[in-house]
Amino acid sequence: MSVPVSIQTLTGPPRVPGSPVYKTVAVVGPPNAGKTTLFNRLTGLRQKVGNFPGVTVEHHTGTFRLENGAEVSLIDLPGVYSLNPKSEDEKVTIDVLNGEMPGAERPDAIILVLDSNNLNRHLILAGRVISLGLPTLVLLNMADELRKQGGQVDVLPLARQLGTPVALVSAVTGEGIIAVENFLVATPQAPEPLELPIFGDPRHCREWAVRVGTHAAYRRGATPEWTRRLDSIFLHKFWGGIIFAIVIVAVFQTIFSLGQPASDLLQKLLDNVAVHLSNVLPAGIINSLVVNGVWKGAGSVLVFLPQILLLFLVIGILEDSGYLARAAVISDKVMARVGLNGKSFIPLLSAYGCAVPAIMATRTIENKRDRIATILIAPFMTCSARLPVYTMVIAAFIPNRPVLGPFIGTRAVAMLSLYVLGFAMAVITARALKSSVLRSKDVAFIMELPPYRWPMWKSLGLRLMDRGNAFLFRAGTVILGVSIVLWALTYLPMHNGQPPDIADSAISHIGHFIEPAIRPLGFNWKIGVGLLSSFAAREVIIATMGTLHGVDPESHAMALQQALKSDLTPAGAIALLVFFAFAMQCMSTMAVVRRETNGWKWPILQFLYMTTVAYVAAFVAYRITLLYWN
Amino acid sequence: MVFNFMKQRAIHSVHTLFDLAVGESGILEDFNMPQTIAEHLMNLGFVPGLEVLVARSGPGGNPRVYRVDGTEVALRRDLSRCIAVRALTSAEAEAK
Repeated sequence: MSVPVSIQTLTGPPRVPGSPVYKTVAVVGPPNAGKTTLFNRLTGLRQKVGNFPGVTVEHHTGTFRLENGAEVSLIDLPGVYSLNPKSEDEKVTIDVLNGEMPGAERPDAIILVLDSNNLNRHLILAGRVISLGLPTLVLLNMADELRKQGGQVDVLPLARQLGTPVALVSAVTGEGIIAVENFLVATPQAPEPLELPIFGDPRHCREWAVRVGTHAAYRRGATPEWTRRLDSIFLHKFWGGIIFAIVIVAVFQTIFSLGQPASDLLQKLLDNVAVHLSNVLPAGIINSLVVNGVWKGAGSVLVFLPQILLLFLVIGILEDSGYLARAAVISDKVMARVGLNGKSFIPLLSAYGCAVPAIMATRTIENKRDRIATILIAPFMTCSARLPVYTMVIAAFIPNRPVLGPFIGTRAVAMLSLYVLGFAMAVITARALKSSVLRSKDVAFIMELPPYRWPMWKSLGLRLMDRGNAFLFRAGTVILGVSIVLWALTYLPMHNGQPPDIADSAISHIGHFIEPAIRPLGFNWKIGVGLLSSFAAREVIIATMGTLHGVDPESHAMALQQALKSDLTPAGAIALLVFFAFAMQCMSTMAVVRRETNGWKWPILQFLYMTTVAYVAAFVAYRITLLYWN
Repeated sequence: MVFNFMKQRAIHSVHTLFDLAVGESGILEDFNMPQTIAEHLMNLGFVPGLEVLVARSGPGGNPRVYRVDGTEVALRRDLSRCIAVRALTSAEAEAK
């Protein structure tokens, strides 16, 4: 087994010991080579997500701190197999490396991360990257796995062939990572490879890669036996499907059985703080603004943080372990029936958490029409923002009676029906789209199945922080803003320094103005105001109803669920649930759809379609319920 | 010439990945599909001249998982019909 070679022997002694010679370094590598794990190890919490202007490719930038405290800025570029300007991800990589990407500094050097178990393929990418002429460090990652599986490679001859420093590393264990620091402080040297492949012909590229590998005595490790064994279970003709179903049920079970108590606890905590705040602050306008406007508004949304984080944690574990790629294979046959393919499964599963990351996850779908169809149906999946609305309305109007034994009651059935309703509408919409405007003939489902791996807690944690921050940012801006505006509208117009009765307030006038449009659905003006505000984000309706009833002396002391009964009949409540199942009430989703589809056409069509469906379906639901339950 | 061609057909009766059963392998020859899809396959290791093994069939028989160049990739049946392969020659089979 070869030892990681000292970088100095290849690049000359460091000029000034410890001071980096590069300011900006790009991290490049194929998907599944552990590039992100390495980036996380180097930068830790000193990183952020960004988008280059005009393109939808996301990238992370971060700071790597050397031992002496000097800092180097790292850019984690999207995973690429080659440098072909036809693919968007690869075009971005080329542009950044050539310094042609507006808003991104041209990197002074490249850290190329390859999977040492796949060098025959990955060395082709090395050939392309090295031919750009930037100082490059080639890291052969997953050295521990290579060793364990009986493979080997000699770093020195490989470095000579490529004309760049090469090191065997493991981003997971940290083995050999010192090579990065050594590279960054060494004298810069443009690569001088012995020979590079003739690009264009894949057969020649591969022959070159194999030749270079042979010079370095490269021997690939065997595919780990347990990956094959696990696949013979997870992709089994019969058991594969059963396990898939169990995994999906377990995902939702985890979120409800662990997430709900956590949310309840947080709710109690926030309520206690509200009581405390209201006692501490002097009575009057400030007290009302802080307690009713700010705290109750934003707080009603904060309580969903545990469930959202839990969902992303579970999906992250499935993704990093490699199971999600298998789930895509298993679901492909069913997805094909609605005209999509297995790659749509992952975004659609994430859409149960939140449509925003789900829509970003559609980037893995190569077929543009399939991608747009997936984007258009993703918001029909019951996202976590609908959950609070469903929970509140169901608890207020549907009596809990056992249906199937003591565990499944009417409320659980109602909740489940709403999930099914959204899913069914997604299927109908997908079929309609794929057999008309978004029909495509050559759908290629090509799914690489990486070996199963243990998820890394650090990577998962960093991703959860990303999601959590995005959610908190929304709670702190959009939802807080809407809450304050609403509170102000209930407080105006003032009479002799006194706030008006709720019936005379500005909000009441707005509500009564739109009432004719929503009366056919069985909603009164207060629900109307709630609906109006919920177009910012679904869960805002709870904050709004809280504010409206909070300032109304008649319902001030009542729990929100009780107060709701004065606004809605049971039929109106059913109509409200159906409306929320279908309507596109989320500014963040609209914004991300606009970004991902490069224009306003699709988000506007999607908004009109979903809202029309929601209105018609709510009307039908209202009428039908009136016949049977009054 | 004609005879040679016929003979070749008779020996190498396998034509596309689709015709291989699970556990069988063939040598990649050609792609009959849009260039972008073919390039994506080549990036994943489907390079003409390499051996592909049908590793397993997913639930319902479609997609199937192929092993090429140490990587496993799932492809649908319709795409596997567009990938031409030839049978291993006896020398190649022996070398395994």
